[in-house]
Amino acid sequence: MKFTLNWLKNHLETTASLSDITDALTSLGLEVESVSDETSRLAAFTVAEIVATEQHPNADRLKVCRVNTGAETLQIVCGAPNARAGLKTVLARMGVVIPSSGVALKPTAIRGIDSQGMLCSAEELCLGGDSSGIMELPASATAGALAAAALGLDDPVIEIAITPNRGDCLGIHGIARDLAAKGIGRLKPWNPTTVTTTGGNSVAVHISDPALCPLFALQQVTGVTNGASPEWLAQRLTAVGQRPQSLLVDITNFLCLGLGRPLHVFDADKVNGDIRIHAAAGGEAFAGLNGQTYTMPAGAIVISDATGVISLAGIMGGASTAVDAQTTNVLVESALFDPLAIADAGRKLNILSDARYRFERSVDPATTLPGLHQAVALILEHGGGTACPVIQVGAPPALPTAIPFNRALVAQRGGLELTHTQIDGYLNSLGFTVSDAHVTPPTWRPDVTIAEDLVEEVLRLAGYDAIPAVPLPVATRPAQIPAILNRVSRMRRALVAAGYHEAVTWSFTSHDLAVQFGGGDAALALANPISADLAHMRPSLLPNLLLAATHNTDRSIRGNRLFEIGAIFQGVQPGGQELVACAVTWGMNTDNHWARKAKPVSVYTIKQAAQQALQACGFSLDGVTFSPENLPAWYHPTRSSVLLLGKTVVGVVGELHPGLLSACNAPSPIAALELYLERLPFAKQKAVARPALQTSDFQPVNRDFAFIVDAAQPADSLVKCIRQVDRQMITQVTVFDVYQGTGVADGKKSLAVSVRLEPRDKTLTEEDLTSLSTKIVDAAGKLGATLRV
Amino acid sequence: MSADLASLRDSLLQQIAAAATLDALETVRVDALGKKGSITALFATMGSLPPDQRKDAGAQFNNIKQLVTDALQARKGVLEQAALQTQLQAEAIDVTLPPMAIHTGSMHPIRQVLDEVINIFARLGFDVATGPDIEDDWHNFTALNIPPSHPARQMHDTFYMQGNAADGAPLVLRTHTSPVQIRTLMQQKPPLRMLAFGSTYRCDSDQTHTPMFHQIEGLVIEEGIHMGHLKGTLQAFLKAFFNLDAVPMRLRPSFFPFTEPSAEVDIACNRQGGRMEIGTGDDWLEILGCGMVHPNVLKNCGVDPSRYQGFAFGMGVERLAMLKYGMPDLRAFFASDLRWLQHYGFNMLDAAPIPGGAA
Repeated sequence: MKFTLNWLKNHLETTASLSDITDALTSLGLEVESVSDETSRLAAFTVAEIVATEQHPNADRLKVCRVNTGAETLQIVCGAPNARAGLKTVLARMGVVIPSSGVALKPTAIRGIDSQGMLCSAEELCLGGDSSGIMELPASATAGALAAAALGLDDPVIEIAITPNRGDCLGIHGIARDLAAKGIGRLKPWNPTTVTTTGGNSVAVHISDPALCPLFALQQVTGVTNGASPEWLAQRLTAVGQRPQSLLVDITNFLCLGLGRPLHVFDADKVNGDIRIHAAAGGEAFAGLNGQTYTMPAGAIVISDATGVISLAGIMGGASTAVDAQTTNVLVESALFDPLAIADAGRKLNILSDARYRFERSVDPATTLPGLHQAVALILEHGGGTACPVIQVGAPPALPTAIPFNRALVAQRGGLELTHTQIDGYLNSLGFTVSDAHVTPPTWRPDVTIAEDLVEEVLRLAGYDAIPAVPLPVATRPAQIPAILNRVSRMRRALVAAGYHEAVTWSFTSHDLAVQFGGGDAALALANPISADLAHMRPSLLPNLLLAATHNTDRSIRGNRLFEIGAIFQGVQPGGQELVACAVTWGMNTDNHWARKAKPVSVYTIKQAAQQALQACGFSLDGVTFSPENLPAWYHPTRSSVLLLGKTVVGVVGELHPGLLSACNAPSPIAALELYLERLPFAKQKAVARPALQTSDFQPVNRDFAFIVDAAQPADSLVKCIRQVDRQMITQVTVFDVYQGTGVADGKKSLAVSVRLEPRDKTLTEEDLTSLSTKIVDAAGKLGATLRV
Repeated sequence: MSADLASLRDSLLQQIAAAATLDALETVRVDALGKKGSITALFATMGSLPPDQRKDAGAQFNNIKQLVTDALQARKGVLEQAALQTQLQAEAIDVTLPPMAIHTGSMHPIRQVLDEVINIFARLGFDVATGPDIEDDWHNFTALNIPPSHPARQMHDTFYMQGNAADGAPLVLRTHTSPVQIRTLMQQKPPLRMLAFGSTYRCDSDQTHTPMFHQIEGLVIEEGIHMGHLKGTLQAFLKAFFNLDAVPMRLRPSFFPFTEPSAEVDIACNRQGGRMEIGTGDDWLEILGCGMVHPNVLKNCGVDPSRYQGFAFGMGVERLAMLKYGMPDLRAFFASDLRWLQHYGFNMLDAAPIPGGAA
């Protein structure tokens, strides 16, 4: 909502400064978004009159001007073609900063002639594009006066944000009322002139549903001249960014902004027959004032004549009955419409208008007739003509109901102790009627319906600053943090320690990528996506990380490890969302180094990260089963594995499918892990105390074995099988060599494992060791492994 | 001492001094002190000496033996030292060669800020709660006192899902974290203190808006809670978050359908010199929205508003991050550019981890 200080002062008698007014607006909840005060911005610029000009002796295009500043005469060199004797223009003296360049004027000689200032163009003052010449001020301007005043720019423009509950402040009068209640001056009462009426009306009005339109008032004016608006009216509208159109239209806009009262003017000669206000059946065509044709949604409130819809009530007038320069007979409309129906139709048709904006918030019903009177009075004053009697159909709605109000609530909710007199005073000043136990809101405040609303009104006027800050009572128990958040936090830190950089990517991806990564269910598509790239909820974190890897490699950005912990979506119900940790690494596994050659990343690179991530949360890769079953299609089929904990899939590690990578123009190879954080079990009770440390005084022993197994035999199966031999004694089984080649038959490989034995109750004898070794070899034998000799 | 003995002594000492290696020295030792050594041979002559000479001869032999033993020991020490020096020289390497690099990753600033905020409020006794990103219309709007056609719905630029809820209700991507308030109040009876966080979505994309962003939401429902407590809590939070002794703060009346009275909160800042400094200066910067929970919201969740009241507040995580850590551009948060992540991200040791012990 934009208005000027002078327009505000039409409604508010005040001596307060601009900054006092803007401070008060903000503290009232009418947040000041901007103040454009040309008077202070252009304070250094004054009106000057060119007294005489002569040709510059050394330059064809320059003139040497003698300029009257109001106090003295300066010599100024000027290149503007319109510089001429008698012209009043804008002067910048030495030292003044020119807005367009930001540079201060310094004394200078131009082609050998001293110049003691500068005459300014509109562009140099940042007042719009004209740079073809210096500004031309009216002859009435006084040399020495402030340029802003002479330009008619001395009226600061204030823009405030109005919250949706404050329909009453969508008119300047309402803003003035709030300011007056805050103590910034006195509200000037608004008493519209009523005009004398004669003659009879040419139309009749019927309302088919009073719930949609409780009150409709129409006044015919004949013999009007719809010319240009008077200067003051055009200036008011221009100052707040509205283009003056014609007297009739400008008057409705003026009252809409000034009083928050939407009005409409029909060309009476274009209306055929009686006027009917009714709900659209749906499908009716309507040509709007904006030149567009709309199809009416069922339930929209429309105004029809014999030919059909002539106005979309409360939103936009129609082209067929619009006023123009030839208009002489008009029907001025002022009405009340159902806010929900207006909002609904406005949204469906996507029409934003000042009228809709106000009607769907709230319009003071009490302004219906006075607003009409004011409009007609202005029309008669500036456009001439004769007014017919007002046609009024329906009645204003019942006055607002009284709200039960216990004044103690101000302290209970607001935390501010005020006397009853103070509370009542604040409410009275805002137009509320106060009795012992009830408060009745004024007609313009339908948003106030409960006692808490009244508390806010009181606090607004007392000032939120007055509320003393009080510490929250000490908590009676420690905060409960869900275990999953702790798990996420630990896994995040483990992955960071493993060298991965955390990304936060969109929860959406493209439909194509969603399909490629196992999603694509139509229910998970957005109905109104912002773009095709962001049209579908992600079924996996991989597609976005894949794009991120590509983004970084395409730009040769250093680094090759990314991860994200976030939600994936497999269904629209709350259970369809799952928390996943996903990490990717691409390119080489390390920088090339003198001691170790870099190799392309592989499943082993990402398994290291998986191990760190799992260990941070109390799990280990040693405890999971690797399974090739149900491996998602986007993984490399022979270089990836599903991770099972019991029968639950808890994750996947592997390399991404080369076909997918080349289709996506992604770097290759990419190794990835996905861990399903909510599927990993939680300890039933969080034991803080640790179990007692068990150590053994007996010497541990390491024994190495080399087994020949089928080349396809997973090393993991051998390790697990050896562990099973004695779960107490065998504390670690490590694969330290894998070999295929000379000395090992084709189709076979040698796996060398180191087994650590930690006796608990006695030192191991040679016989014990032999017996254990035999058991290990026998167990391995069941997998088809034989000792390498 | 006889001339023979003196000669033997001098000869042995000379040989010891001349031994160039530990092996040569050992040969000298064996030649002198071994079973067949020259000094061992001297002692063997003792028996054949007349008894009155034995004492004197024994003393002389022992004297020579001691001299030779000491000389051997000393020479051994010298030769060992020399051998060690040689070995050390042979072991020389270029210590300036670089070690294998250990690259540490980084935490995203959004997560860091979330952890920081959770930590501050956990100390004030706020439980942490989360909720689904895909919400039904009731939790996201209606229960929060935003009925259909309420103009406030237009403030939200809502993303709608093509799928509907099981009961046919329209589904949206939550436009704020406030539905977590509803889910909490439906499950848990007051008194309660709750902090919710998560991704939120608005159908809006330009320099200062992204279609996804993150919010933190606080809720306190207890007996006797009023706006003074809200102010005190926010003040404590802002001081702790920005790590400042004072953060001048102002509450402005505002409007949210789910709070009454409602306020927006500004903090003092200084924008001079192109840098933003929080907690000082004459400018104000909006940082969060808050208010006393609207009685309709409490009623919608089965809470008696005449007994319990409380406050709620909500703020943008990216905005907090930008104000505290100085990232200039919102869109870069979601671009996954490694240069940005490394520059603005956090080490795992910088962080304030989520309280709550082991996983």
